Amino acid sequence: MNITIDHILAGISVGGQYALIAIGYTMVYGILRLINFAHGDVFMASGLIIVYLTTAMPLQYAIPIVLLLTVMLGFLIERAAYKPLRAAPRMSVMISAIGVSYLIQNLALYITGGLPQTYPAIPWISDSITIFGAVTKRVTIITPILTAILIVLLVALIRYTKIGMAMRAVSKDFETSQLMGIKINRVISTTFVIGSLLAAVGSLLYFTSYQSVVPTSGSMPGLKAFVAAVFGGIGSIPGAVIGAFIIGICENLIKSSTDFSIFSDAFTFALLIVVLCVRPTGLFGEKSIDKV
Amino acid sequence: MKSKTIFKAIDIVLLLAAFGVAIAVDLVMPVGLPATVLKKGAVFAVVAVSMNLLNGFTGLFSLGQAGFMLLGAYTYAIFSIPLEARASVYYMQDHVAGFLNVVELPVVVAMIAAGAVAAIFAFLIGLPVLRLKSDYLAIATLGFAEIVGAFAKWEMLGPITNAPNPLVNYPKFSKVTTYFVAAGICIAIIALLVRSTYGRAFKAIRDDEIAAEAMGINLAKHKMISFVTSSFFAGVGGAMLAMFQSKAQANSFNTALTYEILLIVVIGGIGSLSGSVIASFLYIACSEWWLRFLDTPDVIPGLTRNGFRLVVFSAVIMVIVLFFRRGLMGDKEFSTERLVKGSKQFVKDIQDRKARKAKEVN
Repeated sequence: MNITIDHILAGISVGGQYALIAIGYTMVYGILRLINFAHGDVFMASGLIIVYLTTAMPLQYAIPIVLLLTVMLGFLIERAAYKPLRAAPRMSVMISAIGVSYLIQNLALYITGGLPQTYPAIPWISDSITIFGAVTKRVTIITPILTAILIVLLVALIRYTKIGMAMRAVSKDFETSQLMGIKINRVISTTFVIGSLLAAVGSLLYFTSYQSVVPTSGSMPGLKAFVAAVFGGIGSIPGAVIGAFIIGICENLIKSSTDFSIFSDAFTFALLIVVLCVRPTGLFGEKSIDKV
Repeated sequence: MKSKTIFKAIDIVLLLAAFGVAIAVDLVMPVGLPATVLKKGAVFAVVAVSMNLLNGFTGLFSLGQAGFMLLGAYTYAIFSIPLEARASVYYMQDHVAGFLNVVELPVVVAMIAAGAVAAIFAFLIGLPVLRLKSDYLAIATLGFAEIVGAFAKWEMLGPITNAPNPLVNYPKFSKVTTYFVAAGICIAIIALLVRSTYGRAFKAIRDDEIAAEAMGINLAKHKMISFVTSSFFAGVGGAMLAMFQSKAQANSFNTALTYEILLIVVIGGIGSLSGSVIASFLYIACSEWWLRFLDTPDVIPGLTRNGFRLVVFSAVIMVIVLFFRRGLMGDKEFSTERLVKGSKQFVKDIQDRKARKAKEVN
């Protein structure tokens, strides 16, 4: 019985972390119609940055700096790799995203020398606690709460601020909003900044429960977060969050069975294929119509 | 008219020269870097061309190549391991599937079986997935490759796949020439398909689905033909890669492999078969041979060490993706005629520019 509670708790925790990454995907997709394949690698890079920062400075300085650096990385990727291709076909932009992902992973491989980097223990949140008789780290409880707070803030930003209104307009109609005087590049940059910031927070929480960072450790959570975004209905923030929690919990339940644990990753993709075929707009997605 | 025949002849001579190189390497230097590069290059050429058929000619952005290669590699290995060697391969398993004790296929038949299995799976997965649009298709096929990988690693299937251990001891091509002939046949078939009415229909779908449908092209049917054919040759390519690596293991057929092939296709030019072939050999030659020095510590002090080659590589690829989006060949095929005419035009352009500048100065 305890095993099940354990896994559900872990699932909720991982789900919250996926949710934070998924928001980056869903917002970028909502505006640029681009699967930002590099997003998972930004998440990984954020984990690596903090590993290196903590060797030089105490944690209370390292955390704000890592958030800042991750945001800069996200911003730079958009400016360098996606902005020049604004007028290009969608396939080219996606290939560029794959190229960026390849570049970040190889850079990480070069810098780390291929050795897994031990993630620093963040005091308080990585302490062990007991709930419902299951021993877990405090991060398991913090993640869903923090995720909820951040999402409320984000939704408020999108609903009540000027830049939020601009984002909604751009995601509805790219060209018309440009004609209406919205500075499209600013909106897109803001989207990447928010996405990267949330990914950085997600990475703080995620790697605390995994202890080490390797160059490829971003790609799987990244893809899963994307699936969560599709599952919830791409472009919809609450959808992405709910999708992420469902995937996190299911994945951990599958991991608990001995015979099928190898399918914990594959399950996510099977779910994706089923969702795309049965209900391509996801749980909360809007129907879009392609015009000739 | 006459010069055209001459150019055609030169093209054929160049093609034969490629095989000549393979034979020469086999005779002079059967073991060593050039042989490795040519073998691996031939394998990647098959897979890159098969991916180009899908991405470049039909406009279906699929990222499932590694999955189909894995199906091909495993099928080839399972059916071609000699019966007497089976026990030594599967020694870690409690029992093996019954058919493994009786069925052994000759190399060529096993390779075709490898393609066929990949094609059957492509058909099954294509039924739901091919209805999806560009990036959704990409992520769904990527997911399919992950699922295939998980099954290959599943210990319950160990009696067939020998999971979690690799499959070994199957027959392999030893000569560069054999690799070239196999790759040549595969690429020739794809080239013929591209030039047939089917190929024209594929291109019509790529350029405008709605217009193509209005012209009476059956979208579902043609997309499926392209997908299944591409997967068939990805399967054969997977079998060849398994031969090259001399062991078949699920871990080596990962997403990174798909990305690598995609980048080769991009370098060669999306929509150019000869571009993909040239890019495969260039890419493999750089990564296995010419740029190896970047991984040796202290060639450039403090900079070159393990992994630097890949950083340079990915930076170059980003430059190509961003600034030379057409790749080496764009969507044109290699021909001596175009090369000669192109360079004549290039020289003329430079002369014109010089003349104009001289005029401006005066």
